[in-house]
Amino acid sequence: MSEPNPGPAQGPGSGPAPARTVAAAKARGRRGRPGRAPSGGIRGREGLAGWLFVSPVLVVLGLFLVVPILMALWVSLSDWNGQGSPLSSGVHFVGGQNYAPLVTEPGLTQSDFMMSLRNNGYYVLFVVPLQTALALGLALLVNGRRLKGKGFFRTAYYFPSVTSSVAISVVFLFIFSSSGVVNALLAKVGVDGPAWFADPRGIIHLALGAFGVNNDAPPAALADTTVGGLSLWDWFSGPSVAMCAIIVLVVWTTAGTFMLMFLAALQDIPLEVEEAAEIDGTGRWQRFRHVTLPMLKPTLFLVLTLGLIGTWQVFDQIYVMTRGGPGKTTMTPAFLSYQSSFIDNEWGQGSAIAFILFAIIVALTLIQRFVLRDKDEARAKAATRRAAKAARSGSGPTTEAI
Amino acid sequence: MRNPRTRWAVGGVALLSLSLSACGGSGFDDTDKADGQASSGPASIKVLIAASGDAEKNAVTDAASAWATKSGNKATVTQAQNIDQQLGQGFASNNPPDVFYVDAGRFATYASAGSLEPYGDSFAGKDDFYPALRQAFTYKSKLYCIPKDFSTLGLQINTTAWAKAGLTDGDIPTTWGQLASVAKKLTTGKQVGLALGDTRDRIGAFMVQAGGWVTNKDATKVTADSPENLKALNFVKSLLADGSTKYPKQLDSGWSGEAFGKQKAAMTIEGNWIAGAMKSDYPGVKYKTVPLPAGPAGKGTLAFTQCWGIAAKSKHKAAAIDFVKAMTAKEAELTFAKAIGVMPSRQSASADYVAQFPQDKAFIDGAANAQAPVNVAKIDQVLADFDTGLQSLPDGDPKQILARLQKNAQAVVGQ
Repeated sequence: MSEPNPGPAQGPGSGPAPARTVAAAKARGRRGRPGRAPSGGIRGREGLAGWLFVSPVLVVLGLFLVVPILMALWVSLSDWNGQGSPLSSGVHFVGGQNYAPLVTEPGLTQSDFMMSLRNNGYYVLFVVPLQTALALGLALLVNGRRLKGKGFFRTAYYFPSVTSSVAISVVFLFIFSSSGVVNALLAKVGVDGPAWFADPRGIIHLALGAFGVNNDAPPAALADTTVGGLSLWDWFSGPSVAMCAIIVLVVWTTAGTFMLMFLAALQDIPLEVEEAAEIDGTGRWQRFRHVTLPMLKPTLFLVLTLGLIGTWQVFDQIYVMTRGGPGKTTMTPAFLSYQSSFIDNEWGQGSAIAFILFAIIVALTLIQRFVLRDKDEARAKAATRRAAKAARSGSGPTTEAI
Repeated sequence: MRNPRTRWAVGGVALLSLSLSACGGSGFDDTDKADGQASSGPASIKVLIAASGDAEKNAVTDAASAWATKSGNKATVTQAQNIDQQLGQGFASNNPPDVFYVDAGRFATYASAGSLEPYGDSFAGKDDFYPALRQAFTYKSKLYCIPKDFSTLGLQINTTAWAKAGLTDGDIPTTWGQLASVAKKLTTGKQVGLALGDTRDRIGAFMVQAGGWVTNKDATKVTADSPENLKALNFVKSLLADGSTKYPKQLDSGWSGEAFGKQKAAMTIEGNWIAGAMKSDYPGVKYKTVPLPAGPAGKGTLAFTQCWGIAAKSKHKAAAIDFVKAMTAKEAELTFAKAIGVMPSRQSASADYVAQFPQDKAFIDGAANAQAPVNVAKIDQVLADFDTGLQSLPDGDPKQILARLQKNAQAVVGQ
């Protein structure tokens, strides 16, 4: 989309030879008016052909993506009760009435939603850095020039990503059951493992408990101040033990995919650059920190963005493993949206949750984009923009002729 | 003037017209033809069931084809993967199944949305169905649908462990105090006395025995924070506190029946579905079922039931009602009872049932003092929150749990 108006030289007209002769022959008749903007000329036809070619995709995307999203937006603003079409005459516009109980009105709906935001917030906070670091580490390892059996390791690390997440979730249920493998291993080193998927205690609470804070009677300042239907003490609980098991699972399964992205980027880094740095007398760490990492920045941005979006939408693991339990500590907005719609028949509220989640993801991605922007590039871009503006206002519409 | 803006505009218009044409298409149009009943002639009805297993699915399919041959209609029985979701989709698309299972816990939600045809009041011989079950499917004093069958809770006792602890038939608990003392006696290093499900569907029985419940009889007032309910939760908490009772998750089990079958618990409180599970998964465990012990307010148990719902938008209501009639006939119910292990919803069938299944007498006797699920629309979320509270009962404050339930349930009922 950066070049929405490609000239004829790059357009479809420059394709295979026969097409060109036909196009040229058709266009010959109108060639007699030089200097005029070719609104009805050769490019008008091209435009039509272009639309014709993209129309299948547009129809499919429109029908299965745009229309459902618009319908969901309408449902989130209406009083539709799940009977008949949401566009029928009996459904009314109710404005923010589906959003209010989630955000502003104190009650169970609000506290459930806030709890799901808290859970997912901690989940993102742990999963995104861990999976990015792990993926980068694995990519560096399997990119090593002296490593033997690269193909094996690359396949092995990528394997969890190509396995069905439902299958992996079920396996994890067994591994993390309270008499499962993990606890058996912990028992070998003398640790009494928790009942993972049945344990709603937050790990920050547990850590505080280890430092002598009484979890049954938390500090009054935290317990008595409520924000959005949850006390501050609850906000600061950290992910529950059950959520930690899910975090481990997700980090393990997704790191492979992101490792592949980092690996591709690493192999794009020219050897000469590293050699040059080596000749300049850099150490390994310096080379990584000041040469490799800056060159990986676009990939890092990609991985972080995909990670952020993916983690805010976590659904299948929750659906398969915990369904929001224990103690609602693995409830996430995506699962809550499903549950409100299909289980509680609150269709408007379910869609409202989906749109709030959408807003959160967009906002966080924008923030992340801003934080990770290339400062030199941004400065250079701003300068070109200023120059272009100055040129345009100085020389009039001649630039449009291109 | 050709510029990118024109192209965007063209694209936008194209997309908009596309979405509008899609909206106007046949998928979303406003059909009010639902009331227009299909005229005479053989009807083809769709039946959506949430069968517990192949046995139930086959039993219903057989009964349906028998009905089809006899009445000259056609019935297609479909097993649902997720009946709540599939019904929701059916109602939304104006094309729901004609007949389907409706769980008592979800009944009010559907009835309040107008999804169900209230055919119950004009159903011939409706008084033969247990009053508690009819109450469960009554919304705004209209009987919407006819109960299919029901189950109640009983106390299962592992007879081997019972004898090993030196207990006899005379020790079978009939009061809370006796339950607590035998649970303690049955607790050994390897097993606990009682495995108790950590939801309202099990602990609720104690609330009934104490004379309380979440709502009053006709579900118009929330009575969650009553002293009776508090007494019940305090008793359960005391059982959990002395280690004689544990939740299934603490025993590494998905549900109490599993803990009971694995002999990690010597007693459990479950419904008649436990018979099938024990037979197929743990055939070596010897046990018997007795009525739940009585609480301060006498005997009490919980009933779980489903009804044959008919969609308000069904085009073949007459055929659907005829189908339900065939499915709820006394003989049909006894056949289902045999195949599935549920109890007939007709009082007139109870004598035959007990004659065939004497070991289930404790369950069917419970019908007299059974409480059906909370009959309030859109209360699922509140009750799920109550379950969360009950899960934390071992370290929680019963009073706070009930106060929270009271507050949340009042917000729903008051709506």
